[in-house]
Amino acid sequence: MLKFILKRVLEAIPTLLILITISFFLMRFAPGNPFSSERGLPPEVMQNINAKYGLDKPVLDQYVTYLGNILQGDFGPSFKYKDFTVNQLVAAALPVSATIGFCAFIFTIILGVAVGTIAALKQNTWVDYTIMSTAMLGVVMPSFVLAPVLIYIFCIYFDWLPAGGWHGGGWQYIILPMIGMSLLYVATFARITRGSMIETLNSNYIRTARAKGLSYPYIIMKHALKPAMLPIVSYMGPAFVGIITGSVVIETIFGLPGIGKLFVNAAFNRDYSLVLGITIMIGALTIFFNAVVDILLAYIDPKIRF
Amino acid sequence: MIQKKANLEAVEKFADHLEVEGRSLWQDAYGRFIRNKAAMTSLIILTLVVLAVIFGPLLSQFAYDDTDWYAISIPPSFANGHYFGTDSLGRDLFVRTLIGGRISLMVGILGAVVAVIIGTLYGATSGFMGGRVDRIMMRLLEILYSIPFMFFVIVLVTFFGRHIILIFVAIGAISWLDMARIVRGQTLSLRGKEFIEAAYVCGVNKKTIVVRHIVPNVLGIVAVYSTLLIPSMILTESFLSFLGLGVQEPMTSWGALLQDGAGSMEVAIWQLLFPAFFMVVTLFCFNYVGDGLRDALDPKDR
Repeated sequence: MLKFILKRVLEAIPTLLILITISFFLMRFAPGNPFSSERGLPPEVMQNINAKYGLDKPVLDQYVTYLGNILQGDFGPSFKYKDFTVNQLVAAALPVSATIGFCAFIFTIILGVAVGTIAALKQNTWVDYTIMSTAMLGVVMPSFVLAPVLIYIFCIYFDWLPAGGWHGGGWQYIILPMIGMSLLYVATFARITRGSMIETLNSNYIRTARAKGLSYPYIIMKHALKPAMLPIVSYMGPAFVGIITGSVVIETIFGLPGIGKLFVNAAFNRDYSLVLGITIMIGALTIFFNAVVDILLAYIDPKIRF
Repeated sequence: MIQKKANLEAVEKFADHLEVEGRSLWQDAYGRFIRNKAAMTSLIILTLVVLAVIFGPLLSQFAYDDTDWYAISIPPSFANGHYFGTDSLGRDLFVRTLIGGRISLMVGILGAVVAVIIGTLYGATSGFMGGRVDRIMMRLLEILYSIPFMFFVIVLVTFFGRHIILIFVAIGAISWLDMARIVRGQTLSLRGKEFIEAAYVCGVNKKTIVVRHIVPNVLGIVAVYSTLLIPSMILTESFLSFLGLGVQEPMTSWGALLQDGAGSMEVAIWQLLFPAFFMVVTLFCFNYVGDGLRDALDPKDR
């Protein structure tokens, strides 16, 4: 097991390096830069700016310097927000996305697995059909339609919750973004859980357990849930990163100062260092959680280890 | 002893009579699909939507970018020909919804085609070659998996301009990864199947095995997955449109219309309702057709 973990972690390093390289060169060869304005700067000023950010050196030199800085955890200064480094901007935005993301993730897993299991147990009855059609609606409904509808119902019509803002993360500011963000994933988890649960319940050892006369709830908790979890766990990695890094749409609609919004603004401003920093960070998170998921899977299913 | 000619003939006739007409995989699947009510209904609705999107705009007296100065943000009415009302610039929503549907469906289908072609070729190659080639190709896939692609699309579109072709390519190019994995897995498992071995033992050559036995089996999965890809493509396009990176004015898509409509929900609900209805119904139907195809082609998963 330890050998497997070590192997998986070592495998992640070249992946990360390639990711950084691709992002870096894509960013350097993109046309335009954050300082080019309609009026145009005098060449002397441009030169000074380029010298300040190290853009006057050959690209390969810049790449090596950048790699070295990243190793020390320094993503450089932001091109647009003059007084801030990328680290500071990300450090300010990440807790917002992470808080909402974490709540949304827990909510998603619990609700998705529960609803999916119920649908599987009541397979082909009206309960199943209702749950699965609702789940389908969750998949096809874009979040930028869902979120305004949620605001309309809960903030304007009933006036129960605030319509947006962060205010240090009070619980009433978290609920709506959390729901808006997790519905798509709840629906997906419900579908995956239902499928794998049905498959597991049809297998021979469940029939044996039932033939032995074990009670149905016991069979589900003790025998069915663990093998049925496999596909759910493997989807958990991408879902977790997707949720934690925040949905751009949800953050825009609810006016939250999170990572998704920071990234989109950075892209619009052509703030290369910020875009690069966030891309690498999210890539690293993805790689990390994929590794965690693989290790979890190996723990659940010994077949994978060998 | 059956030696007499008459007896032989009689036996042959009897054998002819006994022989049941064989049904191919596709005939079986077709039968199952026809009997699936949800999938068939969805298919009919989808056909209607496609027809409406192609021919509908001809039925209206307005063009999608015409401003009707006497009817700005008016609710639906039959009297003045604005069947779905107008938007805040006085453009006819009926025509815009259908024109937007054209763009959304085109993005969906073209994106899916790009993804299917790249994914199938990549996956099949990887699966057939096996060994070191397979391992390297799968490593590459894993690296691509870890790249936050939505972010890349945003970067591409902001930096290289907002062209509709670029959107097709970008969306298609991010979605072939799953396809490649599925096709590879399928190819690998097929290689070891008994009927392939049997064909091999019978002396069928490799190319025929691939064409007759492997390709049809992989095609099923590909068909299922591409019907499920189209709705996710449409959603991705609508997401880009929400950020203002999708289709540019005065052209429109369902995503762009929804984005406009969600903004004026409280005063002009019809601007959200009609495009949302069309989009949700279409995506629903694609999903049901996809599920129906899967059930038809792979009955053991039901």
